Amino acid sequence: MARQRISEKIRKNTAWSCAALLVATLALSACSEDEDPNTLVYWASNQGSSIEEDRQILAPILERFEEETGIHVELEVIGWPDLLNRIMAATTSGEGPDVVNIGNTWSASLQATGAFLDFTEERLDAIGGRLKFLETSMRSTGAAGQPPVSVPLYGLAYGLFYNRQMFEEAGVEVPTTWEELVEAAHRLTDPAADRYGLTITGASYTENAHFAFILGQQQGGEFFDEEGNPTFATEENVRAVYQYLDLLNQGLATPSSAEHSVTAEAVTDFTAGRAAMLMGQNNVTANIADNGMSEDAYGVAPLPFPAQLPPGGQRINSHVAGINIAVFRDAHEEAALEFVEFLTSREQQITLNQAFGSLPVTHEAAHEPEFSTGNNAVFVDVLMNTAAPMPMVPNESQFETTVGTAMQELIAQIATGDPVTLEEVRQALQDAEQNMTGVGN
Amino acid sequence: MTTATTAITSQRRPTTPSDAGGRRRRVHSRALPYLLLIPALIFELVVHVIPMLTGVAMSFFGLNQFFLRRWLEAPFAGLDNYRIAIDIDGGIGRSLLQSFAVTVAFAVASVTLSWTLGMFAAVLLQRSFRGRAALRTLFLVPYALPVYAAVILWKFVLSREAGMFNHLLAQLGITDGNTFWLLGNNSFVSIVLVSVWRLWPFALLTLMAGMQAIPDEIYEAAAVDGAGIWHQFRSITLPMLQPVNQVLILVLFLWTFNDFNTPYVLFSQSVPSSADLISIHVYQSSFLTWNFGLGSAMSVLLLLFLLVVTVLYLLVTSRRARRA
Repeated sequence: MARQRISEKIRKNTAWSCAALLVATLALSACSEDEDPNTLVYWASNQGSSIEEDRQILAPILERFEEETGIHVELEVIGWPDLLNRIMAATTSGEGPDVVNIGNTWSASLQATGAFLDFTEERLDAIGGRLKFLETSMRSTGAAGQPPVSVPLYGLAYGLFYNRQMFEEAGVEVPTTWEELVEAAHRLTDPAADRYGLTITGASYTENAHFAFILGQQQGGEFFDEEGNPTFATEENVRAVYQYLDLLNQGLATPSSAEHSVTAEAVTDFTAGRAAMLMGQNNVTANIADNGMSEDAYGVAPLPFPAQLPPGGQRINSHVAGINIAVFRDAHEEAALEFVEFLTSREQQITLNQAFGSLPVTHEAAHEPEFSTGNNAVFVDVLMNTAAPMPMVPNESQFETTVGTAMQELIAQIATGDPVTLEEVRQALQDAEQNMTGVGN
Repeated sequence: MTTATTAITSQRRPTTPSDAGGRRRRVHSRALPYLLLIPALIFELVVHVIPMLTGVAMSFFGLNQFFLRRWLEAPFAGLDNYRIAIDIDGGIGRSLLQSFAVTVAFAVASVTLSWTLGMFAAVLLQRSFRGRAALRTLFLVPYALPVYAAVILWKFVLSREAGMFNHLLAQLGITDGNTFWLLGNNSFVSIVLVSVWRLWPFALLTLMAGMQAIPDEIYEAAAVDGAGIWHQFRSITLPMLQPVNQVLILVLFLWTFNDFNTPYVLFSQSVPSSADLISIHVYQSSFLTWNFGLGSAMSVLLLLFLLVVTVLYLLVTSRRARRA
């Protein structure tokens, strides 16, 4: 009897001890994570061809940072399809990383959440000052008139990739105006030989929205007014969207363009010789190389402007594409800023952007020979001089979704044998605008 | 009398330690099932009930990116989100209604085809023949494959340029081989095709299990009475499978109506309007436009619809079963 009582007591005590140990461990682990100022959690976006490749590129850089500063960085590389959802979950729960990469077009939307540290002039000075960054890239860091919530990390810009051999065979010059691009596409298109002037990523709403914006700028259009209200269906914007869709109306793009949901699929058209031109960002060079096309087999030119810009039209042939780096409010500020300064230093900008096929976002690195010659020089020039930021309004992501999806539906309509009219474009943009205003954001 | 006396005697008898131990054991054995259920209940609460109630609560608030961090401070919106969702004169309500119609058509087509195929195969596999086990295993492969892998495979098969489906149709002379299966109205056909391919093995499995419970003697007796296969199917198989069918059809309907994975993997985030199933529509209304209040309102409407359908279905089918 006594033995039974003793064993029961032991069981009870063991249970209580286990529970106490569990609670203590959890509490301790939570404390150690929160209170160790020399450890940073960093969520990096997937920039290379795989998450593993990114880890391998970043690992020595983070080791170097630890050697220099004594700050340990716990890295997690997150794929693009998950990154925004993870950031939103971290924002809501308050349990997130210290430092995170963000798509620069999300800047104003994420700014509205209030979850990120403002880069005040004092904090910008702590990482080397506002002036060290390219002016265009700095314009894509948050809403105008407010302190940025992120700073540029990797730069991207659109350009026109063309197949040298196909151009030579067709006797076509590299187009310098939009009209010349259309004319060249006509001459390069031969459906019987399964050869087309160009290829696009028609099932990607983000890419569609980018072209709506870029061509809209050329036509003198804006997708939001000064108060941030949507103005999707203006004549300028309707003309811009129609200008893009008309490439498919005229049968100048590979029919499968309508089905491509990621740029890599369009790149396959280009490298397989089915399309002579590709309008893409500089990081597609990695895809082109992966597909076995040598660098001298293609050339790069800036996306052409219309021969004559309409009144109000601007010489913009890319949006300021790229990736920014942001710091959560609850982060270890001093260590986080040191890390941001390190990644945006001249040396790391050269190393990282070379490894990822992106462009430096600081003046010092952008003028290095690696980026001021060859194809990179074209993209750097576009990024510095003829790129404009996507609308820096909290509803930017809704703009991309609604307008990009509307364009995707119109592209599908063309692909299935029913060309779109200017009136249909207008109606689609009006519907997109109504969807946007109906939300009541 | 004897029993009553014994009861009284036992009541008067002082409690001994062995009685107390026995009572404790009885209490323990009675409590054991409940104790074993506790972990499942906790998980059910954490995984389903609490998120569901949170979703219902969110639907009454203007929860967007401005309040993502301070979600407790999101302004109370009353029924505004619901008004926007059901206002068919507005763009959002109109597209939700269209998505609802697409989903109903998709669910009806998927369930009908999956059940028909499953029943057909189950009847064929009911009798013993050489290779039956191999066929059963083969038929169950789609159900055993991970959903993401299976749907990605279909994405390749249905692609216009290099897809096997177009190639096959062209070889058979049915089409010119240039059809877009993942765009426009054809995307509805594609999504039904993939869904049926994934679901019919489950119908087969369930119906085969149901048929095992039907005694062979009944079929033998019917055969002696001169009933043919069709007559046996109508008069024996179908009525005796009624309880199985009741659950099977309900489960298939709920699964297809809530299907998120198939359109998400097949079309990525660019779902054509003819394949815009309601679960992905709600997801896009929440996560791509950052309007979680509106997305939650849509989810609650979906939940209510499915609850009503389920209750009505069970009422009707149970009443019919009782009458039979």
